[in-house]
Amino acid sequence: MFTRRTFLGAVSATAVVAATGVAKAADKIYIPLISKGFQHQFWQAVKAGADKAAKEFDIQVTFEGPDTEAQVDKQIDMLSAALAKHPAAIGFAALDSKAAIPLLKKAQAEKIPVIAFDSGVDSDIPVTTCSTDNVAAAALAADKMAALIGNEGKVALVVHDQTSRTGIDRRDGFVKQIKAKYPKIEIVDIQYGAGDQLQSTEITKSIITAHPDIKGFFGANEGSAIGVVNGVKESKKSNVVIIGYDSGKAQKQAIMDGVMAGAITQNPVGIGYETVKAALAAVKGQPVEKHIDTGFYWYDKSNIADPKIAAVLYD
Amino acid sequence: MTNTDIAAPMAATTAKSRFSGAQQKLLAFGTLIILVIGFSLASPNFMQTSNILAILQATSVNGILAVAATLVIITGGIDLSVGTLMTFTAVIAGVVLTYWGFPLPIGIIASLLTGALVGLTSGAIIAKMKIPPFIATLGMMLILKGLSLVISGTKPIYFNDTPSFPLISTESFIGDLIPGVPVPNGVLVLFIVAGLASYILGRTVLGRYCFALGSNEEAARLSGVSVDNWKMAVYSLSGGICGIAGLVIASRLNSAQPALGQGYELDAIAAVVIGGTSLAGGRGTILGTVIGALIMSVLLNGLRILSMPQEWQTVVTGSIIIIAVYADMMRKRKA
Repeated sequence: MFTRRTFLGAVSATAVVAATGVAKAADKIYIPLISKGFQHQFWQAVKAGADKAAKEFDIQVTFEGPDTEAQVDKQIDMLSAALAKHPAAIGFAALDSKAAIPLLKKAQAEKIPVIAFDSGVDSDIPVTTCSTDNVAAAALAADKMAALIGNEGKVALVVHDQTSRTGIDRRDGFVKQIKAKYPKIEIVDIQYGAGDQLQSTEITKSIITAHPDIKGFFGANEGSAIGVVNGVKESKKSNVVIIGYDSGKAQKQAIMDGVMAGAITQNPVGIGYETVKAALAAVKGQPVEKHIDTGFYWYDKSNIADPKIAAVLYD
Repeated sequence: MTNTDIAAPMAATTAKSRFSGAQQKLLAFGTLIILVIGFSLASPNFMQTSNILAILQATSVNGILAVAATLVIITGGIDLSVGTLMTFTAVIAGVVLTYWGFPLPIGIIASLLTGALVGLTSGAIIAKMKIPPFIATLGMMLILKGLSLVISGTKPIYFNDTPSFPLISTESFIGDLIPGVPVPNGVLVLFIVAGLASYILGRTVLGRYCFALGSNEEAARLSGVSVDNWKMAVYSLSGGICGIAGLVIASRLNSAQPALGQGYELDAIAAVVIGGTSLAGGRGTILGTVIGALIMSVLLNGLRILSMPQEWQTVVTGSIIIIAVYADMMRKRKA
């Protein structure tokens, strides 16, 4: 009995000692980032940006997120463990802002600056929000579309939904830019396919049936964009300009094959980097803008292999 | 410990399992203490009241699910649906309270009844249709996952119209009585559930039949026990306890999150085996399970406090599960 207990104890102790090795850098400024995910390529890219900033500014950063974007309770547990370490500042991308409010208030009471990132936190507690300016990014997509179809003709949008912040911003950014700058381009339809590839495919096919002379499609997220590609293929339609959003293997392939003209990519590395940078500024009491645009890029066949672009694309 | 009212061989098994259960409790408890001391020495941030409360809070839901899983596992079965059943009952509470606007007690009763009914269904599939528990509850896990999404319209349901809802989990009766020790009510619920389950296992006919089914189902059947009915009773009880977990997590998040739940059954089963309950059935304790759940949350919280990278946290947790079960097997071999 005693030996077995000692055995288990020794193992636990080893684990603890192994872990302390990691925590040696405790005297550095410490900033934990609690993200919406961990395993996806997008989040790993955010982590890479945060790690880069940590190295550059010689501070300690940790990055954690739940297995799926549904595990709100696990994210809350991560946030409370992070707060227990009395960090200098904290980066947070809320899965559900309402569930996190008590802990964010605690951070506020302990004067720990909170930096929201990605889609941010629905509250006025965060010092700043580091995310993609989706309106400007979609406006760039509109400019590219106009150039590719010769500034005139019919285009349509397939958007993931009309309720999420990204859905609204990308739709409005595209539509406003077309209306303001390209009077000869007509937006004939805006449909919502829940970001689901199959739904977006069906939507695309019905738009093509209704408007056989359509010249371009904008798919506002990964699933919508792939749906548009499939829909155009299944309709056996050629000479349609498709512009997508984000990356992923299928979308990158479509661009390489020439089916898709190009896409907008966010800059997840930039999101991680700017979050840590803003957190550090907040710790030092420097002024921080209320919203930090982390940047976006246009990519197509010509620059997809460019190291700067390749670094922000994921499979 | 009065086992005289059941068949002699069964009594012997039960007595033996209680004895080894006590040993296992010591083993698990020792691990817990060593972890707590180790983390306290490694970081001053570990042993803070707020962090200890956070650990307890993090244990509450997994602990309750693990208690539910323990009952089924002692009968020699398994329940893979505890996580999604928890979510399903939370969604039902959301529909009853938020969509239909019923008062809180009705929502609570609806959740518990739903849990028990689903448990009864799983039990019937296992006992009457003779489908192995692993497959029956795997199917049920997916059915409930889907139904939660269907009923909620794939969106979280918030409880903003039920202001007393946070009472169940986040507010603190203990904190009102003893200022400065705001143990969240969810933890209180865990201890009450564990106490009741422990009583049922140790002091009631249902408990004795749990062990009897797990030790030797055929022997139990031959000695005239209506195995099917008792099995369905155990799954119903376990389902009802999942309903309690559903209320606790919904109250904690002030919302029913329909996509959550899958994977939680494995955390629960891990807590059960760390606590010394045998997956082969016939042996196990609720106290062991609660300690097992505490070990898992202490470990995870401690590794986070020490800023261990997340991928390594997972590796360490997995290793601890294997080591704990191995230590338990070595003890059994010697016994």
